[in-house]
This record gives sequence, C-alpha cells and structure tokens, in this order.
Amino acid sequence: MTQANKITGAEIVIKALIDQGVDTVFGYPGGAILPIYDELFQQKKIKHILVRHEQAATHAAEGYARSTGKIGVVFVTSGPGATNSVTGLTDALMDSVPIVVISGQVPTFMIGNDAFQEADTVGITRPCTKHNWLVKDTNKLAETIHKAFEVAGTGRPGPVLVDVPKDVQFASGCYTKKNEIKKNFIKKEPSIDLNMLDEAIYRLELAERPIIYSGGGVINSGQSAVNSLRNLVAGTNFPITSTLMGLGSYPASGKNWLGMLGMHGTYEANMSMHDCDFMLCIGARFDDRITGRIDAFSPNSYKVHLDIDPSSINKNITVDAPLIGDVSQILSMLIARWKERGSKVNKKKLTAWWKSINSWKEVQSLGYENSSSVIKPQYAVQRLEELTKSYNRFVSTEVGQHQMWAAQFMGFEEPNRWMTSGGLGTMGYGFPASIGIQIAHPNSLVINVAGEASWLMNMQELGTAVQYRLPVKQFILNNERLGMVRQWQELLHGERYSHSWSDALPDFVKLAEAYGIKGIRCEDPAMLDDNIREMIDYPGPVIFDCLVEKHENCFPMIPSGKAHNEMILGEQTEENSISDDGAVLV
Amino acid sequence: MSLKLKKGVNKQSAYNLRDPNLDYEAAHTLSIIVDNESGVLARVIGLFSGRGYNIDSLTVAEVDPDGHRSRITIVTTGTPKVINQIKAQLNRMVPVHEVIDLTLKGKAVQRELAIFKVVANGNQRVESLRLADVFRAKVVDSTLKSFTFELTGTSEKIDAFAELMAPLGLEEIARTGIVALLRGDNSS
Ligand SMILES: Cc1ncc(C[n+]2csc(CCOP(=O)(O)OP(=O)(O)O)c2C)c(N)n1
Ligand SMILES: [Mg+2]
Repeated sequence: MTQANKITGAEIVIKALIDQGVDTVFGYPGGAILPIYDELFQQKKIKHILVRHEQAATHAAEGYARSTGKIGVVFVTSGPGATNSVTGLTDALMDSVPIVVISGQVPTFMIGNDAFQEADTVGITRPCTKHNWLVKDTNKLAETIHKAFEVAGTGRPGPVLVDVPKDVQFASGCYTKKNEIKKNFIKKEPSIDLNMLDEAIYRLELAERPIIYSGGGVINSGQSAVNSLRNLVAGTNFPITSTLMGLGSYPASGKNWLGMLGMHGTYEANMSMHDCDFMLCIGARFDDRITGRIDAFSPNSYKVHLDIDPSSINKNITVDAPLIGDVSQILSMLIARWKERGSKVNKKKLTAWWKSINSWKEVQSLGYENSSSVIKPQYAVQRLEELTKSYNRFVSTEVGQHQMWAAQFMGFEEPNRWMTSGGLGTMGYGFPASIGIQIAHPNSLVINVAGEASWLMNMQELGTAVQYRLPVKQFILNNERLGMVRQWQELLHGERYSHSWSDALPDFVKLAEAYGIKGIRCEDPAMLDDNIREMIDYPGPVIFDCLVEKHENCFPMIPSGKAHNEMILGEQTEENSISDDGAVLV
Repeated sequence: MSLKLKKGVNKQSAYNLRDPNLDYEAAHTLSIIVDNESGVLARVIGLFSGRGYNIDSLTVAEVDPDGHRSRITIVTTGTPKVINQIKAQLNRMVPVHEVIDLTLKGKAVQRELAIFKVVANGNQRVESLRLADVFRAKVVDSTLKSFTFELTGTSEKIDAFAELMAPLGLEEIARTGIVALLRGDNSS
C-alpha cells in the first residue's frame, strides 16, 4: 500500500464506525482521545451525544442498544474516563447488552510509566467485557474495531472495549473494510442435538403441569424468536412467565401470561414454577433472583433449557434436556417437529392445571391497600401505566422497590420496550438509559420510573437531556428512603435502619427549573392523573416528584434462602423468622 | 402457604451456609489451546481467580509459532459440575480455541521437570549422587560443595526425589508444573 492510501488512526476509527453503520456515539472527550474527537468534528455521518459522566455514556449506549437491537457505541478518554465506564461495562456484561467502548490511552511509548491519566484499561476491564483489545499498531486498528463489533453482537451479546493509544490515533495506517476481516475468531455454534430435541418434545406432549419460563435471551435473539415463542404459547396453551429481563417477549395482555416470576414475582408464576412437571426455560439463566432456594427449586419437573451460552447450562440448576444454540433457531425447529408429530398436548391434564393456576391467581398477590390521603407507590405506577400504555412508549427504571413495582404493574406488549438493570442492579442506570432510548426513538414517550436515591446517582445527565432537547420523563417515586434497603432492614435486620433514608434531598421542582425544564410535584392521590397527563403533554423533559408512602414494602417476596412456595404475600406479624441461612444471602 | 414473618426478628446474620459443592472433587488436567497474544494468560488466570476455581499447576508456552498458538496446561480440582463450568467458561473466551479435558479423554502422559540444588559434603554428597542415579536425574552443574540435578517425570516422582534429598542438603527446587498430552496416536 502506498503512503497515499494511508489515513490516520483517528480517521480509521471514524471510518470503521461508519462502515459498521453507526450513527450515534455517546461520549466524553479528554487528552488521550482528542485526535478522534478532532475527526468527529470534521464529519457529519456520526452524531455525538456529550454526556456529563462516562458511566452515563455506557448506560445511554445500553438504552440505545436494548431499545433498537443495534450496538451501542461509547467514546471515553484514558484514565478516569475509562475507569468511569467500568460500571456500565459490567452492567452490559451481566445483562448481555452489546456495546463497544473506544477508549483513548496514553501513547504506547509511555505505557507502564504511570503517565498522566494512564490506567491499565485492558487490565481493569478484562473481567467486565466479553473481550477487549489494546491496539498498538495503526494498521491493525480497523480490523480490531470490526472484530470488536462482531464479538459484541454475535452469540450471547455483550460489551467490548478497544483501547487506542494516542500515537496510534495520530500515526497513519491502512484501512481494512468490514467485510475484509477473517471471522475465524467467532465461536462456532454447536449443532442442535436432535435426539435431545425429540426427547424434549416428547416430554412436552405428555406434560401434565407445564410452564414456559422465558428470559432476556428471547429478546436478544430477535423478533423471530419472539414470534416463535408466541406461537408456541398459543399452540400449546401452556402458561408462560418471564424474568425481569424477558418482559415484553410475550404480551402482558396475553391470556396465558402469569406475570413476572422470581423474588418479587407473582404468586401464580412462582407456584407454577414450583409445582410444574415440565419446565421449558427459554433464554434465561436460573439466576438466584429466580430460583430462590436451589435445593427446593421446582423439585418435580423435567427441565428443558434453551440457551446460546453453554456456560449457562447446569450452572445453578441441573437440567434434563439442554439445547444449546440461538433460541430463535431452536424454537422454530422445536415447533416444526412438534407440529409434524401432530401438535399434541395433554389437554385434559392441562385443563386441570389451569384450574390450579387460576386459583392461585385469585390470591391477587399484587394487591395492596390503597389510600385516599397518601399516594401509594403501587397506585402511582398503576395510574402511570393506565395513562401511558396507549402511547408509543419505552420505559426504563432505576433500581429498588420502584423498579419491582414497575415490573409488576406495567404491562409490555412488545419486546425492547422495557430497559432495566437486572443482573448488576445498578442504581443510576435508568436516567442515562432513558436518554439513550430517546435518542434512538425521538418521537416516542420515554419514561424513567425512578427512586429518588437512584436518580440522584446520575442526575448530572439533566444537562444532556436539556442540551439535546430530549423530552424524557423522570417519574420519581419519592419515598425519601433507600426503600429496598429499608425493606430488608425491616425484615432481616431487626428494624435497624442503618443509613437507608434520603436526607438533604433537593427540591426537585426547583432543580428542574434551574435547568429550564418542567418540574411537577404531586402528593395528593386525587391530583395524580391530572399531573401525569401534564407530564405527558409537556413537550420537553420533566422531573415528576411523586411523593409516596414512605414505608411501603414490595410484595410478594421470596426471602433469600426460601423456596418458591414460601413466598411472603404481605405484611405479617406472627413469629417466624427468615432463617439464618437466608440472612447471609444477598 | 405463605411464610409468617415477624418484623425484625433476626438479630444477626449467620454463616452456617451449606457448602453447595459437597460432592466429590477430583483433579482434572486441562489442555487449552490459545492465541499467543499479550494478556491471554492473564485472562485465563483471571477467570480462575474471579470465579473461585482452583489452580494446582499451570504451564504455558508457544507450541505453534506459525499459527501463534500456545498450549496452557492447567491442573484444577473440582466437582464434575465445577469442572464443566470451568470448561464452558474457558470456551467462551475469544482467544481460546480448544479446551481438552485430558482426564476425561483417556490416558495422558503427564510430566514435570524439576531442578534441585543439593549442598553437602562427605557421605551425604555421595549418597545424593547415588540416589540421583537411581532416579535417573542428571547432574547439570556441580561445585566441590554442591550438585544441581535435573529430573523429569511424574509429579509423584519429583515429590519422592525431593523428599529423599531433603535430609541430604537440599537447598532449592524449581519445578515447571505439569505438561501433558494424550497417549496413543490421537492428537487431542
Ligand atoms: C450503585 C448501587 N449502590 C447500592 C445499591 C444497593 N441498593 C439497592 S436498592 C437501593 C435503594 C434504592 O433507593 P431508591 O432509588 O430511592 O429506590 P426505592 O427502593 O426507594 O424505590 C440500594 C441502596 C445498588 N443497587 N446500586
Ligand atoms: Mg426511594
């Protein structure tokens, strides 16, 4: 290649991103990434969103990725820029969200010398990325970026990081096109075990008390997986429940829907999991928030597990029929073969099973005592749901009780509409995620259901929302408490409320006004509907300070170390403790 | 059916959690073919430390300079469930091309190389040389007061030799850790 064909590393970065179809980058500049920002300045194809903290850039990229199915892209500088991205990378790893972080690094000849703003970025981010690279040669830069996108987006998606020293950005090198790279680094998917598939189908046909338990993997697998799941449920008339990450893959209005399962799942979902004799787990990973006590988890069921990641198989729960591969592919094969065999199910037993399930539904485990003087948080979420569900709507959340109430009381009809931090449980996720979502869907209603404490963790993003005129609605259930912590302290730590209240809160309405946006405070249940409508109708960002009951607990709840059939349904007073074994769990 | 719970009954956390891995633990020798690139060993070791797996022995060196491939040989202990997790987790890593469980695959040749420095005189010096001969250890360096032996063999053999040398003036040992390949004409 002649000198004339060479371009600078910084140009290569931008060119590679355009080649990958990237139109949006979330980031924050600094010394070690200045050459790339310089290139960014001189082009028009990529829009850059300047966040106010690098953690927010990663969460915004997650929100963007999860609401579009595309890959989110982030620019950060070396040192503090890179270390600030660690929480978002870990969050994306836990929830299988594809993001690519490009970090500046000190020049190669200074690496290892404790240079200004040097950090061992690939060392620090090694355990929180699917893979990461330090690029020392400009000629390898394009290839590495294309690889990074491949790794992030294929198989089980996840975050990757490419660390680019400043001299590599300045130096000239050859550009490699996206379709010119060798793909030998991509893991081959094993072929589907047809005998195992047939065994699973045979068990499905005989099942007397079946349940389908689906997770985020169905959404990651894409629309065809979602369609197959819906067809399977319709064809078999099996009940279905989903994890926190899986909400929306089956419509909440569907007649076979049991609601979310797990620690704060519905009674009917958890009882069905416990009592079933056939469990079809699709793209979920038997996380401890789902299983409760492992040795009491669904003791009498034949378990089929569809997952793309072999390391998810038999990690927490030993299953009978593991089927490894892309969920959409396995599901369509499963359905085709089941149909070939006559679309059989054990109808008679299934009717009896639905009867039991319906009796569990009658428990109305999401019930709560409403009040006319104070806004109950559940009621606030219910009204929010009622008044916004007809909109083209996306919802993100922070982490805590409000998150669980949102999961319980909001209904999602489609996938990619619900963005929440599941695996890592990152307070501060929701606001920047809502920004990423709104960027991707400028004309949709984007709501972040927040707790006041979580929201404060990334409140600096008000600046971003205002700068880019993003009409994100911050619906804060303000209980002036770290509510979820308070709940555990009440139930497990002798009501010793160690540091679990939100002191010195700002006046949220004034805070909004300080940024020139709208603030609404609501403390009267009678005003709630009007105020929510006001929020929806306002054409810009809104902080909605919803003052709610301060001591409400989130039920139902499977306490740590308990089994699915040992749920707490509501406030109880009789003597019976959570066991010591359970208290040590998180 | 629901748990009856009194507020705040629990005064302290407890630490009597049942060990979930009470099942039988066994040692496995894993042969891992990886890209020979910077950081790859750190990735593999980081996986073991991060997820709490054991490393009993580890060796690594490039074995295919053209393909830039290295072979890492790790001896680890765990229940069958843990060993399966380790293999699956290793297989997820981008620079990992193959993970072979030599313990499951059949009989493997396992060898270690060790160097012993024995400082002694008189009868002890003679005795160390005699024993080295029995073990087919080579003398690779000597002074009037010392021998340096090189010994290759199974880990048990090296342990045994070290034990015998201990009272005879053994000063220092360096061991490579285990390298292993499948027996027979199959490549692993
Ligand atoms: C970054 C981070 N720090 C700490 C926690 C632990 N934690 C989980 S929920 C919670 C309280 C959240 O309070 P708030 O956002 O007000 O929500 P609420 O539970 O009151 O609805 C805390 C501290 C966490 N999940 N994330
Ligand atoms: Mg709160």
